[in-house]
Amino acid sequence: MKLSTSYLGLTLKHPVMSSASPLAQNLPGVKRLEDAGASAIVLPSLFEEQIEQEALSLHLAMEQGSESFGEALSYFPEPDRFLVGPDEYLNLVAQCKQSCDVPIIASLNGRAPGSWAHHAKLIEQAGADALELNIYYLATDFTITGADVENNYIEILKAVKSEVKIPVALKLSPYFSAFASMAKRCDEAGADGLVLFNRFYQPDLDIEELEVKPHVELSTSSDIRLPLRWLAILHGNLKCGLAATSGVHTHEDAIKLLMAGADVVMMCSALYQWGIHRLARLVDEIEVWMQDHGYESLEVLRGSMSQRSVADPAAFERANYMKSLQSFRALA
Amino acid sequence: MNKNYVTVDGNEACALVAHRLAEVCAIYPITPSSSMGELADEWSARGMKNIWGTVPTVIEMQSEGGAAGAVHGALQSGALTTTFTASQGLLLMIPNMYKIAGELTSTVFHVTARTIATHALSIFGDHSDVMTVRPTGWAMLASANVQEAHDQALIATAATLESRIPFVHFFDGFRTSHEVQKLLQLEDDDLRALIDDNLLFAHRARALSPNHPVIRGTAQNPDVFFQAREACNPYYAACPDIVQKVMDRFAKQVGRSYKLFEYHGAPDAERVIVVMGSGADTVQETVEYLNAKGEKVGLLKVRLYRPFSAAHFIGALPKSVKSLAVLDRTKEPGATGEPLYTDVVCALAEAQANDANAVRPRVVGGRYGLSSKEFTPTMVKAVFDNLSEKSPKQHFTVGIEDDVSRTSLSYDKELSIEPDDVFRARFYGLGADGTVGANKNSIKIIGDETPLFAQGYFVYDSKKSGAITVSHLRFGPREIRSSYLIKSPKFIACHQPGFLDKYDMLSDAQPGATFLLNTAIPPEKVWESFPKEVQSDILKKKIKVYCIDAYSVAADTGMGGRINTIMQTCFFAISGVLPREEAIEAIKKTIKKTYEKKGEKIVQMNYAAVDSTLAKLHEVPVPGSVTATYQRPPVVSDKAPDFVKNVLAKIIEGSGDDLPVSAFPPDGTFPLSTSIWEKRAIALEVPIWDKEWCIQCNKCVMVCPHAAIRSKVVAGDQVNGKRPAEFQTVPYGGTDLPGENLLYTLQVAPEDCTGCGLCTDVCPAKNKREPKNKAINLTPLPDVRERERTNWEYFLSLPSVPREEIRLNTVKGAQLLEPLFEFSGACSGCGETPYIKLLTQLYGDRMLLANATGCSSIYGANLPTTPYSVNAEGHGPAWANSLFEDNAEFGLGFRVTLDKQTEFARELVWKLRLEIGGMVDELLGAPQNTEREINEQRMRVVELREKLRTIKKPEARQLETLADKLVKHAVWIVGGDGWAYDIGYGGLDHVLSMGRNINILVLDTGVYSNTGGQCSKATPLGAVAKFAYSGKPVPRKDLAMMAINYGNVYVAQVAFGANDLQTLRAIQEAENYEGASLVIAYSHCIAHGIDMGQGLGQHKKVVDSAAWPLFRYDPRRVDLGEVPFQLDSKPPKTRVRDWAYSETRFKMLTHSNPAEAEQLMAHAEADVKKRWELYQQMAGVSTKNNPAAEGAAK
Repeated sequence: MKLSTSYLGLTLKHPVMSSASPLAQNLPGVKRLEDAGASAIVLPSLFEEQIEQEALSLHLAMEQGSESFGEALSYFPEPDRFLVGPDEYLNLVAQCKQSCDVPIIASLNGRAPGSWAHHAKLIEQAGADALELNIYYLATDFTITGADVENNYIEILKAVKSEVKIPVALKLSPYFSAFASMAKRCDEAGADGLVLFNRFYQPDLDIEELEVKPHVELSTSSDIRLPLRWLAILHGNLKCGLAATSGVHTHEDAIKLLMAGADVVMMCSALYQWGIHRLARLVDEIEVWMQDHGYESLEVLRGSMSQRSVADPAAFERANYMKSLQSFRALA
Repeated sequence: MNKNYVTVDGNEACALVAHRLAEVCAIYPITPSSSMGELADEWSARGMKNIWGTVPTVIEMQSEGGAAGAVHGALQSGALTTTFTASQGLLLMIPNMYKIAGELTSTVFHVTARTIATHALSIFGDHSDVMTVRPTGWAMLASANVQEAHDQALIATAATLESRIPFVHFFDGFRTSHEVQKLLQLEDDDLRALIDDNLLFAHRARALSPNHPVIRGTAQNPDVFFQAREACNPYYAACPDIVQKVMDRFAKQVGRSYKLFEYHGAPDAERVIVVMGSGADTVQETVEYLNAKGEKVGLLKVRLYRPFSAAHFIGALPKSVKSLAVLDRTKEPGATGEPLYTDVVCALAEAQANDANAVRPRVVGGRYGLSSKEFTPTMVKAVFDNLSEKSPKQHFTVGIEDDVSRTSLSYDKELSIEPDDVFRARFYGLGADGTVGANKNSIKIIGDETPLFAQGYFVYDSKKSGAITVSHLRFGPREIRSSYLIKSPKFIACHQPGFLDKYDMLSDAQPGATFLLNTAIPPEKVWESFPKEVQSDILKKKIKVYCIDAYSVAADTGMGGRINTIMQTCFFAISGVLPREEAIEAIKKTIKKTYEKKGEKIVQMNYAAVDSTLAKLHEVPVPGSVTATYQRPPVVSDKAPDFVKNVLAKIIEGSGDDLPVSAFPPDGTFPLSTSIWEKRAIALEVPIWDKEWCIQCNKCVMVCPHAAIRSKVVAGDQVNGKRPAEFQTVPYGGTDLPGENLLYTLQVAPEDCTGCGLCTDVCPAKNKREPKNKAINLTPLPDVRERERTNWEYFLSLPSVPREEIRLNTVKGAQLLEPLFEFSGACSGCGETPYIKLLTQLYGDRMLLANATGCSSIYGANLPTTPYSVNAEGHGPAWANSLFEDNAEFGLGFRVTLDKQTEFARELVWKLRLEIGGMVDELLGAPQNTEREINEQRMRVVELREKLRTIKKPEARQLETLADKLVKHAVWIVGGDGWAYDIGYGGLDHVLSMGRNINILVLDTGVYSNTGGQCSKATPLGAVAKFAYSGKPVPRKDLAMMAINYGNVYVAQVAFGANDLQTLRAIQEAENYEGASLVIAYSHCIAHGIDMGQGLGQHKKVVDSAAWPLFRYDPRRVDLGEVPFQLDSKPPKTRVRDWAYSETRFKMLTHSNPAEAEQLMAHAEADVKKRWELYQQMAGVSTKNNPAAEGAAK
């Protein structure tokens, strides 16, 4: 059975990767994912703003109270070096490359186009096989238009592409007015891959404490529907590769996404929920399923249920929504 | 420029040599020497090597006594060993010093000479400590300035190796140890040239070794001890020449020449001052000035004080000398004179006895500079003037006004001898705004980048919150010898506009000086904002005024409250010390060097601040006349007691130097309730009550570190017509207090609050309309200051609920008690003071408090004021500090006295029973377990006193002085973890073992907080602290378990931010336990690197992680058949790292050494788990093994 696939120009032995998550925040974690069978590993994002904030907080905390009271002119010893800025992350990339056989894909969240490019270059120099741009942007500013947001994505992508030679994927949110057009723009601007989709953690309210609480909810299999639709629509229409993330818990989920057009599927929530060994089991189950259903290779399966290939292409479009709603009512 | 120049302070100058000449350093932190040990530790941790190519080992001990023992051991086993210390620390080393000298062992102790505590503690400099080691047999080498501290560290080491006499190398605490100077650094080759390795090898050869064993430290009898003691004499006889020989070799190697006794001045001088230490530089500068005016005066600078070479001394004196003034920076009450004076007199007398032609000057002795008292050229001149008198004042003092014993010399306050080409600048800043750091950078810029010499000296506040700093900077073309504060500055900067109303900054300005002010007021309105005094000085002195709104620049560039870079840029822009462009380039270079390792963002932020500054710097138009309508307000209210107005207020305004001797008590005794008069108004925001949402829990009152927020419950009819219109009350929500129509009120003291925000953080009641607000909210002080000041005064006038009516077993109840600890100078948001405040609320009116030296003694009793206060009856905590190391024993002494005198009082009552009559049984037998019962006993004692007046028996007179002891007293022994876990542990352990009724409160911050965060045995595993540069590798000592081991000690571990009720219960149980009690209290601290306004959250986190479990061990429960150990916190909810990495002390290691951080954190988590399991077993073990307990449980 040929499960191998290609993503971002990298040859992978099968299509199941681990997506960016704290599971890969250090070398032992990355090694565990590799041992668990991930065909490639996306590292958690280097958040430039967070790093800067941490460095600033550390600086302020160390200076607090200093040069103020005669008996205590400082409160901490002064280390001769600090791993602030991207050093720690770049070390992780380098260590992973040294210790792992599977491709290592770094992930980046920068501050301004220039700094995205600067950090992308550093990540490339540290040895990453590819780079995923995690443009995590919520347009809460009332003066920013949808066009501004789209242009910003393209600007960042172009800035990074002009700086690095390694493949660059773009992790996108689904909240574009015209997603197909946006995907096309990214493709044309040089993206080597699109990752569908970024999951934004939605806030929740604690009505006892009267507080807004960050709420991390693991995905479920039903979350594959959104990427599935857009993978099906995009497949065959873009030059770049496609990755599915969100909701991959079972081999059926993975197979559906691959059939819709994904080159690879990425797992995260399932690994938290079931343990990282879920990944290898899923690969085995895909293989068994394909054998049982007479698929000789992934290539046959991939995109076989995309909009281009199915009997009812309109099923992926808006009418489908109306239809399913009606049927739901009928059932009720 | 010579590449060997560095700009460092005296401590670093000394340590730069000492570290390179040591194999072992054993140290213990003590001000002002601490930074030498810290630097040595940091350098070793970074792998810096000594001149023989190996990294010196630096160990921190539990006390200076321990350090001296370790040094002695290291020396005896052959390592070239050193230590750094001062003051009480040096005293603790004395026993070992006798041994080390008796064994002729080569070593150097580098000492920042500091005042020894007598009537008061002082961290500042004089020679009272080093003078106590005169008889130990150590050589004593004095350095007068930063360069000498560097050079003579080498000379002392070379001389000790050759002479075998151990050396104390000392320089003046703060004046030299903390003065920043540009100096020529000694290279490794210089050190190698002076140190003869063969002497080091000989030192090693004398060491203990089983390969050539000897015994040392024998006991000797009357037959031989004397002779054997005299056997060392030749070594002492040879020592002075050896030192001079080393000094000569040094001069040959590096070009700087030193003498044992060094004369400066007119060759035909008739009047000469003999002095050692930093004062010598001031004398030298003045002598040069007076010589230029034709006066025949001179200076004899003493370098090698012991062994005192009379021959060298006499040889150095000019033959023309007619009178000598010998100045001692110490006081020896009752002596014929101070030590240097008596040495000089003796040396001259012996010379004169043996040689008819010897010089025969008249010798007078004088004292100067105690506790870093200023010693200036005008005082030097006064000393010379005294020598010109027909009958010079003998045993004089200079620098003070002694209107009691009339010892002082008068002097001209206006004399300034500094040349015009020395640029003098003075800066007033807040500790928190970075002023000192910026000035240190400026000195480095000028020292390192230009041929100019530079000097910086910094005067710090004794307050830890809202602290003022005054920086004194000099720049000039020659070496700067002015070891005194700046007068007639050419540049004055005020970094906080509020200071203009508090301090006189301009009256001594040089005519034509420049004044820079940070203010938010626009330039055209700045003039109007000045009080009359300031305007008048500006006009009189023709001062040019500039202003900048530094806080807005800081806010715009992300600098927060740090205006250091901005004010530094302004200084260079308008002072003309350096060309503007050159200066700005240099500032940026320094910024890069200083902050690069902390991240590019911080560098860029500072660059932005520099670039934004110049556009906002404006010259202030100065009109031709004074237009101000107001004068500086008085320092304290007119309602203050006379002592506060006449003495303490002078200290507060910075005029303490002007107070005469008669202003002070002769025995160091001061009144309580003085902090209430300071009204510092340092908070930017203060909490304001929103009564609509308040649930009257009193948690805000409990956590306030400064007792600046209080509640009262009063009967409605007591809130009278004087009530300010905006004074707030609500109906009291409880049913626990007697009376009807009760009102509850919560009030802030707006001018005493520090604005930390702990109160708003702890408030559990949210505004339901806008949950971002609570029932108490921070509001800008200027918006509410007047209103709340009126409200606060009215609040104070309202009656408190009588103590006996209050339910003290609730936080809400206990917080209605009046605190007798208020408005301390502790850090804003301090984690220690809420515990002390609680003690005073519960027991302050009948408590003796023994306080170990440390943070709590500084914020508790550093002049000008004390936060300890009295209630309406005049009762309050009787507080004293003995030492750092003996606090448990000191407090035990209180208890022993109380017990003895109570016993005696009871005996006297019994003896006088017939005369006293019917109340005797109650006097001797009534219980005193509740506030009501104690109050009743107080009433009985009042009645007893009445009766005693009528009884004409000697026993009645005795009983009159002891009757108060019939009321139950509480003894609390309070200190930090440095005391309890380390230096005072031996005493603490002994006191716990004795079963006497004492209570110990350990304010556990996990570091030596007062001296700047050095590691103690309470430091948690994995935390970074000074002397735990790479993270503490071993767990915190479990002091509680050690005490529990006695079985009869009450022990509790508490954290008020996690469980305030458990804290309250533990303190009450400790107090009512008739034996020894130990309460270990988690105290968040600025040394943890946290947001102090959210310190309570850290309590919750540490308890949730089980790194600080809450428990109480009560031996009384055993008798009740109950498990004595109660675990009051829940099993771990979070990981240790979830708490730890929210604090800089742990987090910084993940940035400096991530691998080590991970390893230590794994160990820490394993250790916490193991301990938690043990505590769980202890909480349940008795029920398994104790059938009675099982029965009780059923």
